[in-house]
Amino acid sequence: MMNHSQSTGADYNYTVVRQFALTTVLWGIVGMAVGVLIAAQLIWPQLNFETPWLTYSRLRPLHTNAVIFAFGTSALFATSYYVVQRTCQTRLFAPKIAAFTFWGWQAIILSAAISLPLGITSGKEYAELEWPIDIAITIVWVCYAIVFFGTIIKRTTSHIYVANWFFGAFIITVAVLHIVNSMAVPVSLTKSYSIYSGAVDAMVQWWYGHNAVGFLLTAGFLGMMYYFVPKQAGRPVYSYRLSIVHFWALIALYIWAGPHHLHYTALPDWTQSLGMVMSLILFAPSWGGMINGIMTLSGAWHKLRTDPVLRFLVVSLSFYGMSTFEGPMMAIKTVNALSHYTDWTVGHVHSGALGWVAMVSIGSLYHLIPVLFGHGRMYSTNLVNVHFWLATIGTVLYIVSMWISGVMQGLMWRAVNSDGTLTYSFVESLEASYPFYFVRFIGGVFFLTGMFIMAYNVIRTVKAPKDTLPALAEAKA
Amino acid sequence: MDYGTFQGILTIIVMVTFIGIFYWAYSKHSKSKFDEAANLIFADDDKPTTSQDSGEQK
Repeated sequence: MMNHSQSTGADYNYTVVRQFALTTVLWGIVGMAVGVLIAAQLIWPQLNFETPWLTYSRLRPLHTNAVIFAFGTSALFATSYYVVQRTCQTRLFAPKIAAFTFWGWQAIILSAAISLPLGITSGKEYAELEWPIDIAITIVWVCYAIVFFGTIIKRTTSHIYVANWFFGAFIITVAVLHIVNSMAVPVSLTKSYSIYSGAVDAMVQWWYGHNAVGFLLTAGFLGMMYYFVPKQAGRPVYSYRLSIVHFWALIALYIWAGPHHLHYTALPDWTQSLGMVMSLILFAPSWGGMINGIMTLSGAWHKLRTDPVLRFLVVSLSFYGMSTFEGPMMAIKTVNALSHYTDWTVGHVHSGALGWVAMVSIGSLYHLIPVLFGHGRMYSTNLVNVHFWLATIGTVLYIVSMWISGVMQGLMWRAVNSDGTLTYSFVESLEASYPFYFVRFIGGVFFLTGMFIMAYNVIRTVKAPKDTLPALAEAKA
Repeated sequence: MDYGTFQGILTIIVMVTFIGIFYWAYSKHSKSKFDEAANLIFADDDKPTTSQDSGEQK
């Protein structure tokens, strides 16, 4: 498409950044569209059309893999490759390997999009892909680490900017998590069994699962936050000192929080309590980071009135603060007794996924796309604003409906009559959830519509003739 | 040394390390260095990055 690896001087390698930035939008639409479809299937089960590869059980892992590993991880590739070059003031190390990470990652996404609907799965949540794809992921990921850390090593600045610390921690930890959790004995090309068994298997799985949240969906996106929020606000981060303490506290604590996914299971009680306590302490660095991001705007709050890109970034931090308060609370065993296995969990995940991960990525892309394609701004700032409101309203509809539905389910499931029998059958709680499933579906449609508007805006920006999209005066101030 | 003692020592090491990082980050000595680091993201604005790139779009 674009060959740019031969240019000289201090010029940055934007080819691979452009590729990942554009595929982020594409995979965002695909992943969220599948999400909207399965949300609709929960209301209208006929929507699986009696077709095995369109059933909820196969499309749900497709949705989670697409939004986390295709949309979210492409956004991380794009922003980390961009930020590491800009803050190290050097070109990307090993451009050929960087190009390989792009095509390799796309091949992995395609193989996931084929194998998951076919029902090929290892059955581990967020790690469903079978062993040949797992090996391919490992190879691409090691190449990613070579490019990223190679660039850090050849930097021309003396300091390594904090965003790179977060990106670096994310790359290393995801490699460790993926390799340890994917250890399996293959019995055929498409089937393998985990080498762990019983409670150990569950613990390894949720050590992986929660740290996928902690390092891929948090540390990586915090790296994004530490570059794009100060950059878009036009002022340095509120406290660089706090960012250092934030980094070390966050990575030291997150790794212990996994057992809260296994409260009241066969996992030893002390492990559950440890996971709960560590999850509670995790609140401190999470909010430290959020405050650091939001306070970067102190003295520049007026920019929120005119700059929808900054609005995306700041609202994403608000959702981050909200879900990192909710998370520790839900990790308390007595609260978890009510919330676990209900829609509350689904709401919590999406408050982080839509409100934090997607919105910080979208905001960063709106900053990034004009720079990558040589423009001062996006084609239409008004459409960015429309997208902002669609995304915000969609997220709020989603999480509020799931809160109500989840708490209602938890209360109905635990209600007992005076003779000790259950007050409600499971189907009664399911019937009571239908209206909320519909509101959730509407919220998803809002969010997806915003992504289509973004795609249109991005295409118009990419295709715009040179010098037709000058930076707004206000944005420069 | 039994396992409990080992865990106790490990906890103290981690705690001391954390306090050390905190002290280092907030010491007067590091202030000017960190102010400079915080402004790294604005240090590269003058480079002719986009002008050369835009000519090569598909």
